[in-house]
Amino acid sequence: MEVSIKNIRKEFDRFAALNDVSLNIASGELIALLGPSGSGKTTLLRLIAGLDFPTAGKIYFGDEDASHRSVQDRNVGFVFQHYALFRHMTVAENIGFGLKVRSGASRPPKSEIRRRVSELLEMVQLSGLEDRYPNQLSGGQRQRVALARAMAIEPRILLLDEPFGALDAKVRKELRRWLREFHDRTGHTTVFVTHDQEEALELADRVVVMSGGKIEQVGSADDVYDRPGSPFVFSFIGESSHLPITLRGGQILFQGQSIGVVSESGEGAGELFFRPEDVQLVDAADALYGKVTACRRLAGTRIAEIDIANEGNAPYHVEIEVPLYEPVALGSDLRFRPTRWKVFPG
Amino acid sequence: MVEDIHMTNAIVGEPPEFRNPASESPAAKAALILAALVFLTFFLFLPLVSVFVEAFRKGAGEYLAALAEPDAVSAIKLTLLVAAISVPLNLVFGLAAAWAIAKFEFKGKAFLITLIDLPFSISPVISGLVYVLLFGSHSLLGPWLKSYGIEILFAVPGIVLATVFVTFPFVARELIPLMEDQGTGDEEAALSLGASGWQTFWYITLPNIKWGLLYGVLLCNARAMGEFGAVSVVSGHIRGLTNTMPLHVEILYNEYNFVAAFAVASLLALLALVTLALKTVLELRFGAGNTGGKH
Amino acid sequence: MADTTAVSGQWRLKQPSIIPGFGMTLGFSLAYLSLIILIPIAGLIWRSASLGWSGFFSVLADTRTQDALFISFGTAFVAALINAIFGVIVAWILVRYEFPGRRLIDAMVDLPFALPTAVAGIALATLYAPKGWIGSLFMPFDLRIAFTPLGIIVALVFIGLPFVVRTVQPVMEEIDREVEEAAATLGANRFQTITRVLLPGLMPAILTGFALAFARGVGEYGSVIFIAGNIPYVSEIAPLLIVIRLEEFNYAGATAIATIMLLISFTMLLVINLIQAWSRRRYGHG
Repeated sequence: MEVSIKNIRKEFDRFAALNDVSLNIASGELIALLGPSGSGKTTLLRLIAGLDFPTAGKIYFGDEDASHRSVQDRNVGFVFQHYALFRHMTVAENIGFGLKVRSGASRPPKSEIRRRVSELLEMVQLSGLEDRYPNQLSGGQRQRVALARAMAIEPRILLLDEPFGALDAKVRKELRRWLREFHDRTGHTTVFVTHDQEEALELADRVVVMSGGKIEQVGSADDVYDRPGSPFVFSFIGESSHLPITLRGGQILFQGQSIGVVSESGEGAGELFFRPEDVQLVDAADALYGKVTACRRLAGTRIAEIDIANEGNAPYHVEIEVPLYEPVALGSDLRFRPTRWKVFPG
Repeated sequence: MVEDIHMTNAIVGEPPEFRNPASESPAAKAALILAALVFLTFFLFLPLVSVFVEAFRKGAGEYLAALAEPDAVSAIKLTLLVAAISVPLNLVFGLAAAWAIAKFEFKGKAFLITLIDLPFSISPVISGLVYVLLFGSHSLLGPWLKSYGIEILFAVPGIVLATVFVTFPFVARELIPLMEDQGTGDEEAALSLGASGWQTFWYITLPNIKWGLLYGVLLCNARAMGEFGAVSVVSGHIRGLTNTMPLHVEILYNEYNFVAAFAVASLLALLALVTLALKTVLELRFGAGNTGGKH
Repeated sequence: MADTTAVSGQWRLKQPSIIPGFGMTLGFSLAYLSLIILIPIAGLIWRSASLGWSGFFSVLADTRTQDALFISFGTAFVAALINAIFGVIVAWILVRYEFPGRRLIDAMVDLPFALPTAVAGIALATLYAPKGWIGSLFMPFDLRIAFTPLGIIVALVFIGLPFVVRTVQPVMEEIDREVEEAAATLGANRFQTITRVLLPGLMPAILTGFALAFARGVGEYGSVIFIAGNIPYVSEIAPLLIVIRLEEFNYAGATAIATIMLLISFTMLLVINLIQAWSRRRYGHG
């Protein structure tokens, strides 16, 4: 099922939690809504589900305008952050609930419900636990029961709110891989919300980076990491440093001096962004330079923290990767140029 | 925050298709509120209001005269005396029991709590009966005490005993959950700093529990002054001597002296209202949960 | 479970603690408890035992006793049932809805705890009497409330009202909104969500409140005797019969009735504890 979101605005008490958000989700896609808390990602998920209604804008399921459909009619599978399992029902009763509450002719007979439940339990690898109560399950098992329950209604789209948020690190990794496989097997259009970029980049076909109620960028993991579309995306995803610069005649000037990096376009003030691994130590006058204030080992490389002088103000703090063979002494000067970078006009 | 918004939306009447799926339709809401209000009006508000209306039915003059009547005055005095004895007794017990139960782990604790709750589930009439059986003229203790000139039944000591029995759990019940929540960390810190046991209790524990304690005492007091069944059984209904306010209310009512009965009753109702008002204030000021025991 | 941590393995009354005063406070509590509660109750039980089975059954064989017990338990049951229904509604509107006067109502729910029973009794008797504000409303239908068993139920509804509300309210406050939303996403309408998801989850609390209100209602005396009419075999409650037997100096009769009521009270306490233990075990909450 394709889902398209058109110019959605959502206000809570005059505060715009979402502002003119549009997004197209292709059928069968696995999409991550990624952003810091307060970015509006959960609000967007709830609007798609019909748990909240937009102040303005429309939501289409395929060609059908679903904006005014109630959550009961939308037929979406929603997995809540804390699973929201019915604790007085067994695992089997939880999973069968959505079928049992259907009205009249659309309600499958008991035997059919039982068959579907055991099928789903098998799918989420929990066969044999049908008579357990939720509080007799581990966190990861509850997660999968919640997923099976959402899948039981044969949803048109599967929505997951922070699906791994309440789990410990190890289970989280296992379940992440398992969810990817599950998605590949069932082929459901899936949207999940996360604040964990590693999770989003690893799992999703496309990542929707959100901030302050707006979509900052939509793209594959490579897109958002290698070609960040905005200063926010650059600093939110991965490690990065940034410096105020001026563009003049194809040259990038930092504090009036060329840093030996050529920019193809633009004039005037801007902000230079680069990642720690995208720098090169140089032995030239036209480069960025500063004092090494700290140095730490990080897996196969070393990160140097550098203070770049800023007349009269607190120094600019940047972090760069330094090859292990380069001698770096605390307090010494380092000169470097970014090899990959991006300038955002500012 | 989101919740509050749905509340306000519901009140301004959002179109039905925009309803929060975790809430009822405005019509269902209104029906439920109406049902609850009608129920509470019939069983709670009207009874309360009627006490004051009946008391003032013949004007303030009659009301005051009923309260100034000698038997009424002696009933009020006796009620105050009984409360003045039984509340402090139960206060000391409540503090001791809560200290032992909340600050220590020991065998039989759950059973002890059940025993403390016992008076809640015993008919007040039975609470009085047990003392009649213990101290009555046909018992072992009664005649023996009488030979020394000590009267328990149909006298003030019996009324105090019955009142103590009935109001026994209130302070303890209020303090135990409160002190269990607070744990023993503060006390251990004080002791490690060299405070004595009494100093720790006085400077650390007591300030932590004072509001819960106050509410427990208020409730205990309201019940002590208002106890009817148990006191009725042991008092002997001697006018001007062993009549507490509730018993006096009964006598006046049975004599069809309704204005006087409701006048005395209105004092007790006022006491109940003050107790509830203080409870609400304490909850608002110092957080809910400290004052919500089951009685 | 606590003794698994005991190193020595020998039996000990309490876990070690640096906090002083255990002996003194526990000793005082036990002494006071024994003097005020345990010894008098033991006296009642001893007295009852000395009746012997035959004495006991001869009291029970009296139809007036049987009727009084039946009236007490029957009216308490009906009143507790009414409270279970309306108590849940009252708790629901207090927890979920915002409306003018909510705080006042919340505070007033405790009134039956604080208002002396005799005061409640004369107020209800006056209100529900044929000429009272409420009683007169029902006279056109020839329905008398005061001085009939209906009056007893009215008084017991008043007395038991806070029990259901105050046991259910905290559990309702803890309901996770996500659970209701989950039911909605699965296609349940609001009615189905309430009847199949919310109410079953509240059932242990409702049952506990019901049992508390019932236990209290069975023993209630002060608020009932004014409104009941106290007609033997019709509207005479068991506690009143105890008082009557006492006034007749029929201590055996009073003791026997009291013993039966005590036994049933203890059973109720046990049932309440079992409900709570069962619900904790199964659902992980009380």
